[in-house]
Amino acid sequence: MRGAKSAKWVAGAAIIALAATACGGGDSDDSSKASKEKGKPAGYVSIDVGEPQKPLIPADTNESLGSYVIQSIFTQLLDFDADGNIVYTNAESVKSTDNKTWTVKLKAGWKFHDGTPVTSESYIKAWNWYANVKNAQQNAFWFEDIKGYEDVHPEKGDPKATEMSGLKAVDDTTFTIELNKPVPYYEYKLGYTTFAPLPEVFYKDTKAFGQAPVGNGPYVFEKWDHKKLIQVKANPDYQGPNKAKNKGVLFKNYATVEAAYQDLLSGNLDMIRQVGPKDLPKYKADLGDRAIDEPYAAIQSLVPTFYSKTFKDIDPKVLQGLSMGIDRDTITKTVLNGTRKPATSFTPPGVAGNQDLGTDVFKFDPAKAKQLVKEGGGVPENKIWIQYNADGGHKEWVTAVCESIRNSTGVDCVPDAKPDFQTDLEARDNDQVKSMYRGGWVADYPLNVNFMRELYGSTAEANNGRFSDKEVDAAFKKGDNAASLDESIKAYQDAEKLVLEKMPAIPLWEYKTNGGYSKSVDNVTTDFHGDYNITEVTVTK
Amino acid sequence: MGRYVARRLLQMIPVFLGSTLLVFAMMYALPGDPVRALAGEQAVDPTQIAEMKKELGLDLPLWHQYWNYLVNLFQGDFGTQIASGRPVADIISEAFPITVRLALFAFIFTVVVGISMGVFAGLKADTLRDRGLLVLTLLLISVPSFVLGFLGQYFFAFQLGWVDPNVSMEANADELILPAVVLGSLSLAYVARLTRTSVAENLRSDYMRTAVAKGLPRRRIIGVHLMRNSMIPVVTFLGTDLGALLGGAVVTEGIFNVKGVGSAVFDALRHREGATVVGIVTLIVIVYLVASLVVDLLYAVLDPRIRYA
Repeated sequence: MRGAKSAKWVAGAAIIALAATACGGGDSDDSSKASKEKGKPAGYVSIDVGEPQKPLIPADTNESLGSYVIQSIFTQLLDFDADGNIVYTNAESVKSTDNKTWTVKLKAGWKFHDGTPVTSESYIKAWNWYANVKNAQQNAFWFEDIKGYEDVHPEKGDPKATEMSGLKAVDDTTFTIELNKPVPYYEYKLGYTTFAPLPEVFYKDTKAFGQAPVGNGPYVFEKWDHKKLIQVKANPDYQGPNKAKNKGVLFKNYATVEAAYQDLLSGNLDMIRQVGPKDLPKYKADLGDRAIDEPYAAIQSLVPTFYSKTFKDIDPKVLQGLSMGIDRDTITKTVLNGTRKPATSFTPPGVAGNQDLGTDVFKFDPAKAKQLVKEGGGVPENKIWIQYNADGGHKEWVTAVCESIRNSTGVDCVPDAKPDFQTDLEARDNDQVKSMYRGGWVADYPLNVNFMRELYGSTAEANNGRFSDKEVDAAFKKGDNAASLDESIKAYQDAEKLVLEKMPAIPLWEYKTNGGYSKSVDNVTTDFHGDYNITEVTVTK
Repeated sequence: MGRYVARRLLQMIPVFLGSTLLVFAMMYALPGDPVRALAGEQAVDPTQIAEMKKELGLDLPLWHQYWNYLVNLFQGDFGTQIASGRPVADIISEAFPITVRLALFAFIFTVVVGISMGVFAGLKADTLRDRGLLVLTLLLISVPSFVLGFLGQYFFAFQLGWVDPNVSMEANADELILPAVVLGSLSLAYVARLTRTSVAENLRSDYMRTAVAKGLPRRRIIGVHLMRNSMIPVVTFLGTDLGALLGGAVVTEGIFNVKGVGSAVFDALRHREGATVVGIVTLIVIVYLVASLVVDLLYAVLDPRIRYA
């Protein structure tokens, strides 16, 4: 099919064909569209995962592209299944009697890809390094629960120590984590990619390691062709439950989702993570049962800023009214092409503790919406703004939401576009949002706590709406002080009911993965944050 | 001639300084903080951000940053990317070869096909074939390049199966032909029209009549006398066009997934990678300056009446 001969032909024929654009196509050739991908070794699978933003160090990666690669090369103590239950990977067990001191037992005989053993020390040393303020790791704050974090990561100035006093090795495969205060759900946090171990070779040259990482995971790093692809091969000695069922993975960078989709159709790509808006209306017809349409644990909401003129000392009834004025069903179906699922609570399904709130606040009811806004005293000037970043494809739905609010409640709603995400974030950080902003939150760990405490706690750093309520804080505290995980989840469920009364945000919808795969692979499934379980993917031919 | 070239080269220095300063200042003026944006919606630690900025020298005032940039540049250091920590020189040396290849293909396509079409039509102005060319070029000018790109992909990749829809990681020559044709087709239309007009005009000029009267063979009349004079406007256009092609084509590169300068600069802009943007733009400015110098020198070659001192 390919070759210089036919390509030369193209050049000559191009002018003629382009002039006569509408002269009908030849017969479509569907026969051999199996994998004929260039440069892909047999048994490998490929996926459109673009250039990671940062070097491949577990604690420095928080965006989805880098995490994909990190997750394939590194294995943490534990992972989650599709329902959000804990699956032990490198750990034999993680136990605690008081929720404050956790004892981790590692599986014996695990090795890094360079042959060195994975020991307690591999974890402790790595976590101390990650947390150290000098190393400026993006995810350093994940270690803040551990005793002694302030010593290695003080708010100002140089660190006083290089080790956190809360981490102690008992023997080669056992270590203890002592926390500042009890955290009943701490085990869940340990599933985040940041808690990966590092081999000794890392400390010799951290820069070089970021370009060619050595992990303990199901895949071994092979090469990183910047802006083009990252190649990893299956680790034959891997002992975890998620051993690779294929021979390796190519993470390929595409300039646009449309280009990736074209490659998927022509058999040059095996998996696409997200179909672009242009192809969404037809991707199910194109792919048939190879299309993927799965919700995952992430939620998009409108976040009112409680310092703004509009929402200062607002009656929550007004926010409930605005929420009921949004026709979520129609907008997700039409404007968003079915890529989202209307929200029914503050937590998405797929996280433990998700519950039916038994409320009509998320239902579209123009009459009641109008009434609630009126009862709550309305908003100043009868006008609200929704801030969003114009570079993320949000314009259409923000406009639709505004239209919906305006029509049903009579409150004038104006989209407030910021040119890009950076500018959008800057306005949020500096408390310059006019009245509300578009918020999005993907679960770090599949627990309702992650959607409550991290977003609406008055001291939470991601709480850019500056919501602050003593009762809510107290309810969260109750959950943090619970004796067991189950009780903690339950306490947070109660807290969510309180949150519903206070309305620190208007949840809109849950995200979905709308992707697909080619004929040459099978068994493509998604995990709780919508990523494919790459180790499970099998090659058909 | 030598003095002229030397003077032109010297003139490049202020242009170079001015344009880098402008781009630098514009990147500086843009709202949004690239270091902060790395954290996204996650929690941020202000001390850590301050630490990273200090390390990258982003906490200094504009003039100081610019000075540092220039000093490093003259030592051959284009700076470092904020997020990836990779040298900008690496980014440039990955992207430029691909763009150069694509640009050359597009350029050759434009020159060969465009000029022959122009001559072909201009020799018999106002006939059916001339009108046909005008319609065709009008079509190419009015259809946006992304439409051409998607159409090309649809016909040649999906219907006929001659090529793959996208350029692969290696960016082989045969894969670049379709993108190059799409990229070059707009310029092709202009070149064809320019050539056609000046050929048609020069056909009626006195020296042409003289050449015919002298009894020169037709091939020599058209190939030498007519062509040389008719090429001056075309060469002017081609000179700037080559600059534009080498500056990358964001849209075409996006459609065919070409990892060239266009997509590199677009990515860098989106992530506010100041050093990368300035580095690439600087190179593009130099390409433009050199291209326009070459065009000016070509005038003298084409028309002996033009002299430079």
